[in-house]
Amino acid sequence: MTDVIVKSAPAVVQHRPARSRRTPTRVGWLFIAPNLLGFLAFTLIPLVAGLGIAFTNWNVVSGLGAIHFVGLDNFVELLGDPLFWSSALRTVGYAGISVPGTMLLGLLLGLALNTDVPGRAVLRVIFFVPHIVSSIAIGMIWLLLLDPGNGPINRILRGLGLSSTPGWLVSEVWGLPSLVLIVTWSGVGYCAVIYVAALQSMPPSLHEAALLDGAGPFARFRTVTWRSLMPTTTFLGVTMLISHSQGFGLIAFLTQGGPGDSTTVLSYYMYEQGFQFYRFGYAAAIGIMSFLGVLALSVVMWRFQRGRGLYT
Amino acid sequence: MSGATGVVSTRPRATSARLSRLPRQIRKYVLAAVLWIFALGFIAPLVWMVSSSLKRNIDVFTAPMRWIPHPIQWANYAEVWLGDHSMLRYFGNSLLVTSVSVAGDLITSSMAGYAFALLTFRGRNKVFFIYLSTAIVPSQLLLVPRFMFFQQVGLYNTLFALILPGLFTLYGTFLLRQFFIATPTELAEAARLDGASEWGVFWRIYLPLARPMLAALGIIRFVGSWNDYETPLVMLSDDSRYTIPLGLTQFVDGDGGLSAGLAMAASVSSVLPILIVFLIFQRQFVAALAFTGLK
Repeated sequence: MTDVIVKSAPAVVQHRPARSRRTPTRVGWLFIAPNLLGFLAFTLIPLVAGLGIAFTNWNVVSGLGAIHFVGLDNFVELLGDPLFWSSALRTVGYAGISVPGTMLLGLLLGLALNTDVPGRAVLRVIFFVPHIVSSIAIGMIWLLLLDPGNGPINRILRGLGLSSTPGWLVSEVWGLPSLVLIVTWSGVGYCAVIYVAALQSMPPSLHEAALLDGAGPFARFRTVTWRSLMPTTTFLGVTMLISHSQGFGLIAFLTQGGPGDSTTVLSYYMYEQGFQFYRFGYAAAIGIMSFLGVLALSVVMWRFQRGRGLYT
Repeated sequence: MSGATGVVSTRPRATSARLSRLPRQIRKYVLAAVLWIFALGFIAPLVWMVSSSLKRNIDVFTAPMRWIPHPIQWANYAEVWLGDHSMLRYFGNSLLVTSVSVAGDLITSSMAGYAFALLTFRGRNKVFFIYLSTAIVPSQLLLVPRFMFFQQVGLYNTLFALILPGLFTLYGTFLLRQFFIATPTELAEAARLDGASEWGVFWRIYLPLARPMLAALGIIRFVGSWNDYETPLVMLSDDSRYTIPLGLTQFVDGDGGLSAGLAMAASVSSVLPILIVFLIFQRQFVAALAFTGLK
C-alpha cells in the first residue's frame, strides 16, 4: 500500500485530466461548492480583510464602527519600532538555526535508517514520536527537564563537573537556544522519515552507474544522493521555514517571549500586539511583513535548487 | 547528469578503500550500536515523562534519578481525570472538535480534489489558481480576521470557532487533487457509458480508490487538530470549553511552577490517544507525509 502511494507521485505528468470531455459547468461547481464556500469564508475573505486591517487602526473594544483608515501609518511605525526589528532578527536566528539543524540531523538519521540496521522499524517510531506530541506536552516535559536548579539535565551537567550550569529557559542568553534545542528534538524524526521515503524512491541505477565509475561512498553521496534529494531538501526547507517562522505554541507556553523580550519572535510579537494589546491593525501589519520575509526566502530557495537537482 | 558522472570518475578512491577495509559486518554493528544509543537518549525525555507521571511531586526531582517510580503513584491520574480541572471535559471538547472537523474536511476535500483533478468545467482553472496563490499564506495572518468574524457573528468562545475553519483545508484539497490526478480517467469514461451519474462515478468508483489517502489525511489532520494550541488560545475564553492543549496549561500554577507529577500525568494522558492512533495507522501516516514531500 505504501508503495502504491509513493510510486504514483512521479506519474503525475502522464495523466493530465482528460480534455476530451467537458463536465457540465453546474456539476463541476457543485462538487467544489462546499469546499469553495469554506475557502471563501475562512481563507480568502479573512486574507483580504487581514490585508485591509493593516491599513487601519482598530481595537475590538470599541466595535466595528471605530475602524479608521490610517494609510501606511502602521507600517511606518513598524519600521521605526526597535522591538519589531529585534523580533525579526530573533526569528531569523531561531528559524535560521533550527531549520537547517533539524534538516541536517534528519538527513543523517534518514541515511542511517535507510540501511538494514536491526530494529529499523522500532527506531523509526522512536525518532518520529516527538513529532506527534503537542507542543504543550513537549513544553511541560522540557520545562521540568531544563529546570535550572533541580532539573535532570543540569544535574547531569553538574555530575560531569560543570560548575556553572545554564539557566536555560529562564535565562536571557539561553532562552532562545533552549527553544531551538526543543524544536529540533521534536522535528528531527519528521525530516528523517521524509528523507527515507525520498531515498527509497531513488532509482538504484544511479548508484550503480556511479559505482561502475569507481566513485567512493562520499563521492557517490555528493554526486548522486545529495543531488537527487535536492527537491526533498527544498520542500522541507520551505515548509519548515514557514512553520518555524510561525512557531508559537512552545514560545507562548514556555517563555511568553521572555525573560525580558529575549525570546520574542515575530509570531509572538504579533500575538502580543493583537490579542493582548488589541492593536489589530498593527498586528496585521506585523503579519504581513513576516509573510513577505518568508515569501522572499522561499523564492530564493526555489531559485537556488533549480538546475541542481538530478531529475529536474 | 553527464556533469555528475564526470566529477565522479575523478574523485579520489583513497577514502573508499580505507573504509572498505573495515569488514562490512563490523561496520554494520557499529552503526547499529551508535544509532540505538542515540535513540535511547533521544526518547529518554518521553520515558522520563511517563516515569514522573507515576511519582509523588516531591520524588520527581530526587537525586539520583530513579526510572522506576517507588512508590507508584496512581493517584496522579485519578487527580488529573477526576479532580478540580478534570481532563474529561477537555477530552470531550477535543474529541468533538477533532472528529467533526476532520470528517468534514475529508468530505469537502475529496469532492473538491476530485473535481479539480478529473472534471473539466468552466472556471475550474481560475478557481484553482486562486486556491494555489493563497497556499503559503501563514495561518497566523488569518487569525485576526477570523477572530473578528467569530466575534461579530457571536461564535467567539464556542467550539464552532474551532470546528468551522477546520472543515475545509487547502492541504486536504491539494493532497487529494494530487492523488486523483494520478488515477486513470478511463474508469470514469467506462462508468459513464454504463449510465452512471457524475456523483455515482465519484462516490462508487473514485472515492473507494482514495481510501488509503483519506486515511492518511484523516490521521494527519487528527494530529494537527488535536494538538492545536494557538486557535483555541485566541478563540476561547471559558475554561469549560478548553480543548486538551489549553487544558494542559491548567496544571501550571499561577507563578509558572508545575506540580510536576500531575503535569506529567496530564501530558501522558494527552499523548496516549494520538500515540495509539499513530501506532495503528503508522504506514498510511508516513506514506502520506512522504507523498506530500515527493512532489
